[in-house]
Amino acid sequence: MSKDTQFDSWEVFMQSRPGANFIHQGSVHASDKKMAIQNARDTYSRRGEGTSIWVVPSNAIAASTTEDADMLFDPANDKIFRLPTFYTMPEGAKHI
Amino acid sequence: MNDTTTINAKEEALLARFEEKVQNGDAIEPRDWMPEKYRKHLIRQISQHAHSEVIGMQPEGNWVTRAPSLRAKQILLAKIQDEGGHGLYLYSACETLGISREEMIEQLQSGKAKYSNIFNYQTLNWADIGAVGWLVDGAAIVNQVSLQRTSYAPYSRAMVRICKEESFHQRQGYEIMAEMAKGTPEQSEMAQDALNRWWWPSLMMFGPHDGDSPRSADAFRWKIKRQTNDELRQKFIDKTVQQAEVIGLTIPDPDLKWNEEKQCYDYGKINWEEFNQVINGNGPCNKQRIDHHKRVHTEGAWVREAAEAYRLKTQNN
Ligand SMILES: [Fe+2]
Ligand SMILES: [Fe+2]
Repeated sequence: MSKDTQFDSWEVFMQSRPGANFIHQGSVHASDKKMAIQNARDTYSRRGEGTSIWVVPSNAIAASTTEDADMLFDPANDKIFRLPTFYTMPEGAKHI
Repeated sequence: MNDTTTINAKEEALLARFEEKVQNGDAIEPRDWMPEKYRKHLIRQISQHAHSEVIGMQPEGNWVTRAPSLRAKQILLAKIQDEGGHGLYLYSACETLGISREEMIEQLQSGKAKYSNIFNYQTLNWADIGAVGWLVDGAAIVNQVSLQRTSYAPYSRAMVRICKEESFHQRQGYEIMAEMAKGTPEQSEMAQDALNRWWWPSLMMFGPHDGDSPRSADAFRWKIKRQTNDELRQKFIDKTVQQAEVIGLTIPDPDLKWNEEKQCYDYGKINWEEFNQVINGNGPCNKQRIDHHKRVHTEGAWVREAAEAYRLKTQNN
């Protein structure tokens, strides 16, 4: 018997309704894109949870770690002028 | 300072940071640093959980062709498909810890990895399908609801998804039991008999009593487990007794009685001798379950090989 293969891993993203963000659901194993979409459908949408599916080979994803969080996200905190609440609006101005 | 002390110091700092994170209730993600013992504990627990979902399809699959109506057959098929899905969510979660799917299957088939003892019992008649849904899924739900708050994020996410799907499993089983209990005298006798046979093994699903539970200290400190075996077992008993009363069935435990002071049920002695017998391979179906898994796995090899060949042939087009 030849060596067992369980295929490569794919990450599954699903859109719950048209126009919504694609949200990560989990992973599946599949030999190619087409099988990955079919398996994603069977595994993550048995109750009509989605309208559209993305699959991405798991090893194609680059990810930061929690340890990187300070370096990556800290600088955002001292730039509060990026938030609309930073600005003083003249009294009486509407729809702004 | 030499190199080893630097490494040890670094390791200790990482460990301290990890422990602090877990104590704060922060989730651990696959790429975060974690102690080797935490990783190992999780691999054992999650793979065992995945194997249980997969092997658990067998006692139910036994009744697909003999379900008493088309409705019952459709429901049973859907439930079994869910269990297969649960196995897949959990295998994927486990793979994030660095073990491959191939290795996990190999460990299951060689007996190195275990699965829940409960699936080594037979489903003798249709009432057993009711009892499995009501009691076995019922017990699994109590455990899985608690694990939604486990510290390892991929495991927790899988649990949240699984819990959403489980309540239909328990309800369809309870419906079968309720209908049989109020059916002909033979049917209600079958329902009671199924409860008699499945009650104690269901209580054993929560594992040994807290005092006899190895490895649990780490699991609690690292928040892999959030409630003890006995706490979960008690929860299951307390809610199931009332359900049995409603459908006119009797829990097969003469020592079962409400404890007013503790506000929970006292229950009789669990036969751990039987539990050990079954877990060590002497249950009614241990060999059958693994033989079946091996046979199906081997017979399906050509499908995987064909898919692989097709990929190689088409990947550059
Ligand atoms: Fe399940
Ligand atoms: Fe289930």
